[in-house]
Amino acid sequence: MITAGIDMGARTIKALVLRDGEPLGKSLVLAGFDTEASAKEALQAALADACVERSDVSRIVATGAGRDDAPDKDATLTDVGCAVRGAARLFPGVRTVIDVGAEEGRAIRCDEAGKVVDFAINEKCAAGSGAFTEAMARALEVPIEDLGALSLQSTKTIPMNAQCAVFAESEVVSMIHGNVAKPDMARAVHDAIASRIVSMARKVGYSAPVVLVGGVARNVGFVDSLRRGLEVEALSIPEEPEFCSALGAALAAAEGATGGAR
Amino acid sequence: MSAIPTYATERLACWDKAKELRQRYYQRYRDIKDKGGIRWAGGAWSLGAVPAGLGRDVACLTSEPYGASIAFDRAFSMKCMEAVERHGFARDLCSYMRNYWGSVLLDRYAFGGKFPKPDFLWQDHICCSHSKWYQVVSDLEGGIPYYCTDVAVGPAHEIDDNKIEYVVGQLLDGIEWMEKVTGRTYDDGLLAEACINEFQSTSTWAEICNLNKARPAPLDEKSMYSLYVHGTLEKHSREVADFYAELRDEVADRVARGVGAIEHERCRLISDTQPPWGFLKVFRYLEDFGALSIGSLYTFGLIGLWEDKPDGSWGPRTTPMAAGVDLGSREKVLRAYVEWNLHKPEWQHFYSPHLKSEMMLRICKEWNVDGVMLHYNRGCEGLSLGIAENRLALIEAGYPVLPFEGNMGDEREFDEARTMARMDSFMETLNLQRIG
Repeated sequence: MITAGIDMGARTIKALVLRDGEPLGKSLVLAGFDTEASAKEALQAALADACVERSDVSRIVATGAGRDDAPDKDATLTDVGCAVRGAARLFPGVRTVIDVGAEEGRAIRCDEAGKVVDFAINEKCAAGSGAFTEAMARALEVPIEDLGALSLQSTKTIPMNAQCAVFAESEVVSMIHGNVAKPDMARAVHDAIASRIVSMARKVGYSAPVVLVGGVARNVGFVDSLRRGLEVEALSIPEEPEFCSALGAALAAAEGATGGAR
Repeated sequence: MSAIPTYATERLACWDKAKELRQRYYQRYRDIKDKGGIRWAGGAWSLGAVPAGLGRDVACLTSEPYGASIAFDRAFSMKCMEAVERHGFARDLCSYMRNYWGSVLLDRYAFGGKFPKPDFLWQDHICCSHSKWYQVVSDLEGGIPYYCTDVAVGPAHEIDDNKIEYVVGQLLDGIEWMEKVTGRTYDDGLLAEACINEFQSTSTWAEICNLNKARPAPLDEKSMYSLYVHGTLEKHSREVADFYAELRDEVADRVARGVGAIEHERCRLISDTQPPWGFLKVFRYLEDFGALSIGSLYTFGLIGLWEDKPDGSWGPRTTPMAAGVDLGSREKVLRAYVEWNLHKPEWQHFYSPHLKSEMMLRICKEWNVDGVMLHYNRGCEGLSLGIAENRLALIEAGYPVLPFEGNMGDEREFDEARTMARMDSFMETLNLQRIG
């Protein structure tokens, strides 16, 4: 059976095609103003990558903030459910899933069977999400893809006091005027994001193994800060963490998920 | 997948009466002075049966439901909030209070016309906000006579004669004060009547909530808000006591015939604290999944009085009349009245969140609850006190919990889209998908 999952994220749309539970193809496109068109584009690209036609696909499940707008779907499931499905598939026995995307950070506790027990999501606040790193990279005048490696050059812990991503940008400006070294500021930024996520993880209760997914998992600086904040030896991170929810959606499609749109 | 249960549903026969009763209450408060009557204002917890002894032409405006009524009208609420903030008050104050003050500042009554100024204020200290609320109202209105009773005597299980006498003493002083302020002679017969009405109303409301132990639940919490409100307006009135008796009989009949609040009840939830009044649609949204909130400690225990029954269950409190308590003098009536009110369940958590957790767990068990939605209500410091501890206790006991942030009276602090998204995830946690 061939199924597909579409993750309609705030910044990017990911599509993944599975055959009998094994990934066959995938794609990632920027979510444009016309999200439906972007989703179609993502799905087409994933199908092409998988060398299959749309008619070969039995079922499609959509997830993500814009899931209700995904075209051609058979069902929708929330990010929480899909992130855990994907993480449990990649790392059987996972007990904690942390999913950090462009707009939201989530901490999810699951049981030994990979069923969601409790979850926490950042409330009206970008300080625990990818949007925060982008804003800080701009403030530091560092390409976003270099921010993580830059922060690993620092060994100092400089607390950022601002609770809000917008005010944190002002705080970075103050640090610049205070001649704080860029690597130290970069580490402070990652520590700040990680502290928001750790707070959510503590709220739901976390235990190893901890799997980190979502696009921000590619940021080595954030990964280091989160590992230190959670006080764990290591975090389990998939090779392509941004596709974990799309994988979960495709797996849900294979399971026959029937959740509907509003 | 198991079959989706289907139940008969019916509109409540007394629904229109409930709405009309509420409208009449607010209109009476506004218009009573035209007929020579007097008005007082104060909290819904402020032992409102006592001013009833001043005559049958006494109308009251209770603060919290008035603030909630404004919150439901989001456009008017925003004007009230802005007026209050222009006046220099902080945004993190009680949102009911800000709605109320805004109404006074704008001189606009939510039920038409200018804001009806009360002749005196009758209040009690149930929380920090209530302690200041009417001091400010008095100032805003050029100085209205103000009496406040201190009721912070400790939790119900620690009530003793000294504590009761402490509160009764203040009420006795308050009666003398009211006589001076209004120029009226106090009628102990009317006091007894009002207290008896209140004993009946609050015990009957608990009976009604108790009936929601049935499956299917005859009432859903959103509907209950329109019914319990009468207990916050004038629970000491004959009208409310009679209405609740009529409602109880109708709800009991629904239970007997298996009539449910929703067609496909398959998941029973409870909520907590006041809801976000401007967004009650979140309760209707649950129905898409076959879920409903069957109540809360707030809905059950703000108005209802409860006790441990011989079979160990929680049930409606036996009224002093049924218990044979002597109500033959002013002091005896007040004593029974104070003792009754100090056992209000919703009063207990002010002293310890563990007391509230115990009651919530009791409701979960006896009402066969599958999950809990907790409104982290930024608009009420009092009822939000300890809610994070309550969450931990519920989780520890094995109940799935969805906390969501919001504000009972300030729509700016409620994110509808995000809350609905969280509810979607919570429904998945409960293995529920949309029906149909």
